[in-house]
Amino acid sequence: MSEKGVLALYWAASCGGCEIAVLGINEKILDVAAAFDIVFWPCVLDGKVRDIEKMDDKSIDLCFFNGAIRTSEQEYMARLMRQKSKVLVAFGSCAQEGCIPGLANATTKEAIFQTAYHDTPSTVNPDGIRPQTETEVAEGTLYLPFFYETVKTLGQTVDVDYYLPGCPPEPERIWDAIVAILENKLPAPGSVIGAETTVCDDCPRTRDEKKIKEFKRTWEIVPDPDICLLEQGLVCCGIATRAGCGALCPTVGSPCIGCYGPNEGVEDFGARMMTALASVIDSDDPEEIDRIIHEGIPDPIGTFYRFSLAHSELRRIALPANGGSDAKLETAESA
Amino acid sequence: MAERVGVYICHCGSNIAGKVDVEDVSQWAGEELDNVVISRDYEFMCSSLGQELIEDDIKNEGLTRVVVGACSPHLHERTFRKACSNAGLNPYLCQMASLREQVSWVTEDEALATAKSKAMISGAVERVQLHEELEPTEVPVNPHSLVVGGGIAGIQTALELANSGNPVILVEREPSIGGHMAQFDKTFPTLDCSACILTPNMSDVSSHPNITLLSYSEVEEVTGFVGNFHVRIRKKARYVIEEDCTGCGICIEKCPKSVIDEVFEAGIGYRKSIYRPFPQAVPKYPVLDAETCIYFEKGTCKACEKFCPTNAIDFEQKDTFIDIDVGNIILATGYDTFDSRKIPQYGYGRLANVFTSLEFERLCNAAGPTNGHIVLRDGVTTPKSVAIIHCVGSRDTRFNAHCSAVCCMSALKFGHLVIEKTGAEVHSFYTDMRPSFKDYEEFYNRLLEEGMHFTRGRVAEVTEAALQPGEEGKLIIQVEDTLIGRQRRIPVDMVILMTALEPKPDAREVGLKFGISCSMAGWFTERHPKLDPVATMTDGIFIAGACQGPKDIPASVSQGAAAAARVLGMIMKGAVEIEPIVATIHEERCSGCRICNTLCPFNAIDYLEDKMVSVINQALCKGCGTCVAACPAQAITGAHYSNEQIFAEIEGLLFDVVQGNGAKPVVEEPEAVPA
Repeated sequence: MSEKGVLALYWAASCGGCEIAVLGINEKILDVAAAFDIVFWPCVLDGKVRDIEKMDDKSIDLCFFNGAIRTSEQEYMARLMRQKSKVLVAFGSCAQEGCIPGLANATTKEAIFQTAYHDTPSTVNPDGIRPQTETEVAEGTLYLPFFYETVKTLGQTVDVDYYLPGCPPEPERIWDAIVAILENKLPAPGSVIGAETTVCDDCPRTRDEKKIKEFKRTWEIVPDPDICLLEQGLVCCGIATRAGCGALCPTVGSPCIGCYGPNEGVEDFGARMMTALASVIDSDDPEEIDRIIHEGIPDPIGTFYRFSLAHSELRRIALPANGGSDAKLETAESA
Repeated sequence: MAERVGVYICHCGSNIAGKVDVEDVSQWAGEELDNVVISRDYEFMCSSLGQELIEDDIKNEGLTRVVVGACSPHLHERTFRKACSNAGLNPYLCQMASLREQVSWVTEDEALATAKSKAMISGAVERVQLHEELEPTEVPVNPHSLVVGGGIAGIQTALELANSGNPVILVEREPSIGGHMAQFDKTFPTLDCSACILTPNMSDVSSHPNITLLSYSEVEEVTGFVGNFHVRIRKKARYVIEEDCTGCGICIEKCPKSVIDEVFEAGIGYRKSIYRPFPQAVPKYPVLDAETCIYFEKGTCKACEKFCPTNAIDFEQKDTFIDIDVGNIILATGYDTFDSRKIPQYGYGRLANVFTSLEFERLCNAAGPTNGHIVLRDGVTTPKSVAIIHCVGSRDTRFNAHCSAVCCMSALKFGHLVIEKTGAEVHSFYTDMRPSFKDYEEFYNRLLEEGMHFTRGRVAEVTEAALQPGEEGKLIIQVEDTLIGRQRRIPVDMVILMTALEPKPDAREVGLKFGISCSMAGWFTERHPKLDPVATMTDGIFIAGACQGPKDIPASVSQGAAAAARVLGMIMKGAVEIEPIVATIHEERCSGCRICNTLCPFNAIDYLEDKMVSVINQALCKGCGTCVAACPAQAITGAHYSNEQIFAEIEGLLFDVVQGNGAKPVVEEPEAVPA
């Protein structure tokens, strides 16, 4: 084995943004290449899974794994990379908390297939064909991965050494993490590499005591440039979101949507947001409170669990097999 | 090292054992639950023998944690904590499971009750192992006290404390102390002259070396905590220099402007623009009412200034602020009366000779506008018949569900005064007659003998519309006499409405200022309705008199004295222990978003502008957990209620569903297919 470390990067259920974010460190990628042999990076380099399978266990020093686990193939790769890597980092929001792919847990596999293979206006599928995990053809049997009912995070699938939050992680934070790994200045295994405070800490807006009479959608107001967006009625998740982005969105007048995940020690991001906002709604009248919530927050899952549904205490809507009813599914779908 | 947990299941006589198989629960806990080294059941755990059982096991078996399955922690948590500390174990390493209130009393099926008890014990065992040792802190108590409100309850409190040698600051919003009692003519049932028994106490207040009286003043802000409150008081501009004023009253005499006195004379008499509410007012200094003063209106007059022999008038005077430090605060802010205009069918404000009870007090008071002559609104005619309507705004769910407690006796008193002074016929229209306390029933009997008429029924209407001969020019009471089951019409000359006692309109605001809560109706909430009626949930803040609920003079005086005794107890002890179950903000995780700032019911959270973080004053914190739940960054933790402790308790409760610490997968997925 060379003097250099061995690095692998892999993607599962993700959008590709994390791959781009890695390249966002710009010319420092050369430093990475100088420090590591990059043995596997399907997005950028040619590489074969069978080559990884042949490697000795723990022969990869560091693996950045982005994306959630939604198919059997992704689970297989997660287990493989775990087996072959000394340090496995859940890279980005999908691997850490499920992110946008995890919102699929608000519906069912059946409903997703129905939409994707039958109902979308652009689908032409007169025979109603659906993908099968095994198909016999003249040359033999073809296999496709199994599509899971529930999206999992990487940490729910295999043991993870570190988490790097963000959708995607900011290049500066990626570089900080790489430096920490190179210099062996890592926190305790299992922890998140990141700040211990929230976006508000970096936000330049002035903040006062909170009393909210009405939640506003972003298109309804032109926010004051200096005052806390939440005080102006916009549902800004900066109060609950881990710092790391430099408060990019609220600085330019757009409320934080929570892409950097929960603060250190928080079990359930959405629950924290909801208890915080419920605490500062300025009314004692139950009917008025209902109105404020229903008019201002039409999509609570999309607002509070946009990035964290798969990781949350809720994890998914109840399935009929686990006591959920079909009626509940329909409501969830129509919502 | 594994904890050594002792489990004790109380029979509570048959309270628990009658429904729960306590032997089974105890045996099961000893055999099945990890780290339980001793498990016992006992007839009465709260008895000294039961407590000794725990103490001996701690000493002999080396227990490091104790779980008691018995009644609600409200009752005996302190008992068992004390047993632990007697044996040298930190008292916060004890946990109670409420097998009585939450299981045996509320579960029908015996098997289910036993199963539920096991779950409760399992939860407590899991939780207690994560408990941390906590230590209460001690803070000294400032011997100065603040009394807010100078009615009879506040006067009593101030005098009790001052007589015991401790300094008191008494703050009164109105120009004079005395409260409602100063307005009354007589007191029931003894018919003492109200002013004659009150004014000696008022002058004691004014001359007492230990009492600082701040009249025409209001509390602006309260910070600090039990033993160490900082209070800012606004002293409203009187336009009279108190140091120079002799109280001679020449300014009042010379003031050319008379206005209706809506406060002390209840709107049926006049006062000047510069005035004392009544001759025996304490302090003696008058107040100039800038809103009606000719000089403030037109820029000329200054009659008061010209005639003042000591140059004590100062038109330039401004509100001033006084900052004081006190150890305890007693609120005796009193009550208001119901606005009878809200019941238009009784005609108040529309029919001249319908009076409120407070108006009638002034009418028959010898020092009142009519020198005590009971006359109609024309000022000369003596009524030949008077109706007294009870429960006006009380016991009426449209307005106040409560009974105002004093009106029945006031009505009897009024009846007596009318009969004595005018010989008129008096009719009482009551819902229930409630002369509940010492010598009250006897007074009722006396009025029966004096010939007062009593009709049981709620009056439908007071009207001028005469239907029958003899009704012309009269006020007719339309009422169902529920004792004889018939409608009646009774013509009278005068009607007195016994208006309800209501909380002060700003009671909620005042409560918030002092960090105490109000009932739905707006009365201040006591710590315990039976056993702690003058303390509040905020240590160092006490309540006395009608601000806590309707009550008569003796009850108000008793509460004033009781509150003083509680405060004296604190002063004598010299220090107070602060419960260690409090919340803490971890500065490094706080981003200063200020979500928590307005939530604390005890005003314990401050925002530090310079550091841009919020902090909790732990002496004020009651550990209620509101901020802990609300903090979006989870920068706040609550001692004794950490996430780990709560999750452990939940897992323990669900012991038969959840295996170990791993969550069951939501849905079983098939084995992964190789790629």
